[in-house]
Amino acid sequence: MTDRSLSAPWGRRPLLSVLLAVLLMALITQISSAAWNNPYPGSDSGKNILYSSFSERPKHLDPIRSYSSNEYAFIGQIYEPPLQYNFLKRPYELEPLTAERIPHPRYYNAAGREISANGGAKVAYSVYEIHIRPGIRYQPHPAFAVDAQGRPRYLSLTKKDLKNVHSLADFPYQGSRELVAEDYVYEIKRLAHPRLSSPIQGLMNEYIVGLKDYAATLAKAWKQQVAKVGEDKAFLDLRDYPLAGVKVVDRYTYSIKVKGRYPQLLYWLAMPFFAPMPWEADRFYSQPGMKERNISLDWYPVGTGAYMLTVNDPNLRMVLERNPNFHAQFYPSKGEPGDRAKGWLADAGKRLPFIDKVVYNLEKENIPYWNKFLQGYYDVSGVSSDSFDQAIQFSHQGEAELTPLMRAKGIKLLTSVQTSISYMGFNMLDPVVGGYSERARLLRRAIAIAVNYEEFISIFANGRGMPAQGVIPPGIFGYVGGKAGIDPYVYNWVNGRPQRKSVAEARTLLVRAGYPGGRDIRTGKPLLIHLDITGGGPEDKARFDWLRKQLKKIDLELVVRNTDYNRFQEKMRKGNAQLFMWGWNADYPDPENFLFLLYGPNGKAKYHGENAANYSNPKFDRLFEKMKTMDNTPQRLALIKRMVNIVRRDGPWIWGFYPKQFVLYHSWYHNAKPNQMAHNTLMYRRIDPQLREQKRAEWNRPIIWPLALLLLLLVVSLIPAIVVYRRKERQPALIRSRRAR
Amino acid sequence: MLAYIVRRLLYAIPILIGVNLLTFSLFFLVNSPDDMARMHLGMKRVTPEAIVKWKQERGYDKPLMYNANISGLGAFTDTIFFEKSVSLFAFNFGSADDGRDIGFDISQRMWPSLAIAVPVFIVGILVNITFAMLLAFFRATYIDIWGVVLCVVLMSISALFYIIGGQFLIGKLLHLVPISGYDTGLSAVKFLILPVIIGIIGGIGAGSRWYRTIFLEEINRDYVRTARAKGLSELAVLFRHVLKNAMIPILTGAVVVIPALFMGSLLLESFFGIPGLGSYTIDAIRNQDFAIVRAMVFLGSVLYIFGLILTDISYTLVDPRIRLD
Repeated sequence: MTDRSLSAPWGRRPLLSVLLAVLLMALITQISSAAWNNPYPGSDSGKNILYSSFSERPKHLDPIRSYSSNEYAFIGQIYEPPLQYNFLKRPYELEPLTAERIPHPRYYNAAGREISANGGAKVAYSVYEIHIRPGIRYQPHPAFAVDAQGRPRYLSLTKKDLKNVHSLADFPYQGSRELVAEDYVYEIKRLAHPRLSSPIQGLMNEYIVGLKDYAATLAKAWKQQVAKVGEDKAFLDLRDYPLAGVKVVDRYTYSIKVKGRYPQLLYWLAMPFFAPMPWEADRFYSQPGMKERNISLDWYPVGTGAYMLTVNDPNLRMVLERNPNFHAQFYPSKGEPGDRAKGWLADAGKRLPFIDKVVYNLEKENIPYWNKFLQGYYDVSGVSSDSFDQAIQFSHQGEAELTPLMRAKGIKLLTSVQTSISYMGFNMLDPVVGGYSERARLLRRAIAIAVNYEEFISIFANGRGMPAQGVIPPGIFGYVGGKAGIDPYVYNWVNGRPQRKSVAEARTLLVRAGYPGGRDIRTGKPLLIHLDITGGGPEDKARFDWLRKQLKKIDLELVVRNTDYNRFQEKMRKGNAQLFMWGWNADYPDPENFLFLLYGPNGKAKYHGENAANYSNPKFDRLFEKMKTMDNTPQRLALIKRMVNIVRRDGPWIWGFYPKQFVLYHSWYHNAKPNQMAHNTLMYRRIDPQLREQKRAEWNRPIIWPLALLLLLLVVSLIPAIVVYRRKERQPALIRSRRAR
Repeated sequence: MLAYIVRRLLYAIPILIGVNLLTFSLFFLVNSPDDMARMHLGMKRVTPEAIVKWKQERGYDKPLMYNANISGLGAFTDTIFFEKSVSLFAFNFGSADDGRDIGFDISQRMWPSLAIAVPVFIVGILVNITFAMLLAFFRATYIDIWGVVLCVVLMSISALFYIIGGQFLIGKLLHLVPISGYDTGLSAVKFLILPVIIGIIGGIGAGSRWYRTIFLEEINRDYVRTARAKGLSELAVLFRHVLKNAMIPILTGAVVVIPALFMGSLLLESFFGIPGLGSYTIDAIRNQDFAIVRAMVFLGSVLYIFGLILTDISYTLVDPRIRLD
């Protein structure tokens, strides 16, 4: 019996045959061509393009609002504040970027008379005058486009004009203009704009003269504008609203007047909050219809930096391309000792940037990113816990090194201690663990000894951390290493290294505190310590169990109060937590930016500040107030040491650890030196696209024999089915019917 | 039929109001507007003034559902619930908390979702039906037994395993397709092959078993015996008669999910870096972006209701005995 449905179709269908043949040819051509798994267009092969990724879309690209590292990865390359950090030098050193030189403040007393730098407490105001280099130009942008008569093309648009506009690329004309001091002033004024929530407005209100009142002025003017023309057409041209403390001196000079002394202002001047904003851009994006099209400063930055954002599809990819108007900027010719040996001075004096284009792809998960890095489709990678064992091993000396697999690929490893700290804090307002009595101090100290952070780093951070001895991490002025730098209340110096005090010592402290055997000597009840925390994954459970075990060593019971993020934050704000885990990432490399975390008037519960432990010691506070306005001198160091000793004695934190960053990069990636402070590091990086192409081709040859094998298996497995089918078809109907039942 | 459809659409209005109310209540039960502001303003240096400003900018400074400061109807209309809900019924989704236009984002992100979901849906149904028919054809033989075992095995494996295993085997070891990523136009094809194959394989177990059960139920009916008695081959019986009559339960399951294909697949989109609506929703929940959450829940409800109406209509197409009155 023949079955028509099983007969081959190609003999009678020439079109289908041709199509199949074409497909087959295409397949064969593909096999012989480059890697099949290349996620990038073939036209990009061999080009000077760096590939990176982002896991979630940046919320803000407006420099006045942006305040997170994933946003700075983009805007740091686009916006140029007046100052920057030297790419190579350590400790971190500020240098001019668009400024002619580092500004030095002039000091004034309350009567407005200039006084010397040694004016001390008499200093009522400091004035910083910043001179901008002439000739710096903005990236091409429609906001600057002008017609033949020199009139702006796109600053008086109506909704009708925007009918066919969906992105910036839909504006056919672009223009540029020179950077002037007015642009920097404009941006500082934006700190007080009623429609922008700048995270540092509150802080700057305390320092920049007149900023607080300026916010009220703008709020009033905004209301009037809205009443007059409606919200969608309202626009405040900030040039028309003077700000007392920030003034344009001349075309290339502006001044900032701050209350008292505030040397940290220089660090802020290296952050995007103080980058220039041309009024044309503000006007351009404020036009009716722009917001509905997602065309805003939050999405399309306008800067003078080495790169400009040419594609912003946060659902897919973001692309930075070389700014054709970028001013002359050169690779540094001086670094720290050892930089030359590592090849980090090979490009000294060369014009920046080196890379033409940077493509950031949306990559939500670590595993695909890691695998693509191994295939050569990403140039640099961190090391996630999923891939740690595959990438890193520890030598007998405990040093992190690459596994043979990584070395065989020519991958290199860079480690650096981050300018941040991860710690456990005691709520100093808590009646049990808080307070400043000797009993409470001893209890905190006993717990600090019991919680073995060396073990924590090894188990939960894959060794990527350095046990902390105090609040200031390495690389920041005030950090003291070695024997002199250990916390003598928690560590001993043994055989040339710090050693945590014994559990027996912790128990003794506990007895002295009035908790022998973990029981309160007054009530006889066991002492319960509550850890307030947020999180709930399997990894967190292991962490909680470990923490319970640590306190159990000194007979204390740890109760983990695990809540959702919002409730946890609420507890912290209200000062209801007892023991908590927290962290801080430096804004700038100054000890003030760490020691202020323990400054009384920064208490979280009372003052909504960043002092999460609500620590308040008048002696510490007085020293802090003195130290924060000082230059990095031996006198300042002496003050810092006294402050650190005070907090070590009081023990409001279990110091925790300074996280270590592990970076892997391929052999074609150069100038990889990590810089924790600088945001504009992309222009210093260099790649060798030819070597990358060669390695990619070598590592990604398609392997097709398993496919053929699979096909063969399918065919073979069909044979018994065909046999059964034939047998069934030949059976008498009655048997078939019975079987069916 | 038109009257039936209009009636169903009218029924949908209170359902949508209820869904919206439920979403609103659940969301604000665990997140206050202050929490939302803090989440958006970040961890560092957030002042109470900044929180107030953030809420004012986005209209979260009003009472949730009842404004005691205003009398009359205003007590209900000058609230977050009313202001954020009423525009939804005109399909005006407004702006996300980061200022992005939600309608625009949905219109952009539905295409990648559809690019995976449609082939997985169509090819998946074809593969499942074919496999189920094969098992039904070889019922009570070793092929059937081992086929069912295979289905159970396939059903028991986590979707995550298919994804990571597929990426490892096809993308990493064999270098046949990119491990993850997406592109527009025809360039998207090479990125879609692997997620589509994984989506199909991941659905074979449950789908084939379900369809096999349906086919076996049909196979024992009298009209099948009559067809066999007529001398038709087993293949002809299965494809011409059994398949047609099994279409109603198949349609029940299949048509209802067609509109929901827009909503995307969370895991596939996340692991393959495909910018669809599934990951959009999850990101919004993670970021406490109420505007997106309510828009997506509302859209999901509308699509589901639309799917149910489509299912009813499809019954009339495959079974002439059914009338929608």
